[in-house]
Amino acid sequence: MKIAVLAVQGAFAEHRKMLEALGCTVTELRQKQDLTQDFDGIVLPGGESTVQGKLLRELDMYEDIKSRIENGLPVLATCAGLILLASDIVNDDRRHFGLLPVSVKRNAYGRQLGSFHYDGEIKGLGIFPMEFIRAPYIEVANQNVEVLAEVDNHIVAVRYGNQLAAAFHPELTEDTRFHQMFLEMCRRKIK
Amino acid sequence: MANRQYELNKELAQMLKGGVIMDVTTPEQARIAEEAGACAVMALERIPADIRAAGGVSRMSDPKMIQGIQEAVSIPVMAKCRIGHFVEAQLLEAIEIDYIDESEVLSPADDVYHIDKTKFKVPFVCGAKDLGEALRRINEGASMIRTKGEPGTGDVVQAVRHMRMMNSEIARISSMREDELFNVAKELQVPYDLVLYVHENHRLPVVNFAAGGVATPADAALMMQLGAEGVFVGSGIFKSGNPTKRANAIVKAVTNYTDAKLIAELSKDLGEAMVGINEDEIQLLMAERGK
Repeated sequence: MKIAVLAVQGAFAEHRKMLEALGCTVTELRQKQDLTQDFDGIVLPGGESTVQGKLLRELDMYEDIKSRIENGLPVLATCAGLILLASDIVNDDRRHFGLLPVSVKRNAYGRQLGSFHYDGEIKGLGIFPMEFIRAPYIEVANQNVEVLAEVDNHIVAVRYGNQLAAAFHPELTEDTRFHQMFLEMCRRKIK
Repeated sequence: MANRQYELNKELAQMLKGGVIMDVTTPEQARIAEEAGACAVMALERIPADIRAAGGVSRMSDPKMIQGIQEAVSIPVMAKCRIGHFVEAQLLEAIEIDYIDESEVLSPADDVYHIDKTKFKVPFVCGAKDLGEALRRINEGASMIRTKGEPGTGDVVQAVRHMRMMNSEIARISSMREDELFNVAKELQVPYDLVLYVHENHRLPVVNFAAGGVATPADAALMMQLGAEGVFVGSGIFKSGNPTKRANAIVKAVTNYTDAKLIAELSKDLGEAMVGINEDEIQLLMAERGK
């Protein structure tokens, strides 16, 4: 399976490593010409959403990626990636793809001193190690969005059609189950 | 628990990779930096070029000024404390800074000891000009490393030298027999397990950025091609003719650091670069502070 990882800024190498360990061919998206190829899924990694959102547009990849996701391309988004997908951001005027009908709060746990680790339940996977780094959470999700995980009554992982998103960073752990869940979505799409 | 925090702190540095961290002195500059695509800002009263020009003792910035910048932007905010000045570091932690730079740019407060960074919850980045310095800082608790370069000069030669030195030492250790690593630990004055990590992984155990003297998109791309995982730009932006345009160009050059055609495009009409001073013209080598 061929997976594209948005590589304009942030922790894209960690996703790449995990996907390659799971047998995928990975391609990095840094500019428009990287989008001439086809792929079976796309990853929006952690990093700074302000930087990624800006570079997506200025390096002329925004429209192409947006229409691919709208047309059913499976997407895995972590942390900043979740912010890129969200239709609403409560504490920021910027909007990016806006395809996931949720309202997120950026830096919802405060500054770096608020970053934390939590072993929490993910629906269908069981207990999962969650790294929250200056993380967002989802304040409100549309009723059609499937909630996969909550921490302290805040939604931190969701699935909505072809979109899988988490406020934490499965790519920073050794646990590949969340990525496998994503690859399963890609496999079903190919069939 | 302390270990868990250290992991979270190393992971914040991972999130900054592929990005540009810009020195800013006012909330206005911080907003310009964020708009231009900085992945974090370094809040300080005077940028290194001005510290160099002014001379005298250079200290941690006014906490009020730093807080003004924290309020102005949504990206991580870093600030500098003097080498060995653990109380300045305590103050920065008290105002919830995202990263402390224990920096040779400021006047050192201790000429023997660095801060015991393992005693802090907040993360630290430290400068290094070779692998020994980098591993000693990591052993003291630094969760991110940057080259020292020579700050405030606009001359990239030292950053290049430090990055190449680190790379060649990592390559040397990677190719050694395991029974030779004990002696390396002795030579570098660092614990064996850090040397073993480098031997097995062919890299530092934390993220490594370039810093010091980066002034153009080509400088930034040069450091990335030499293996930096991101770039600090200090005086290079707000000491130049058109900070917004230059900052934007450097950010894009770091993302597409191997695309010469794009970087050539980005390098057009940037206005005047910071004037700069050559390495052999300067009186004070900041990189010699804190080994």
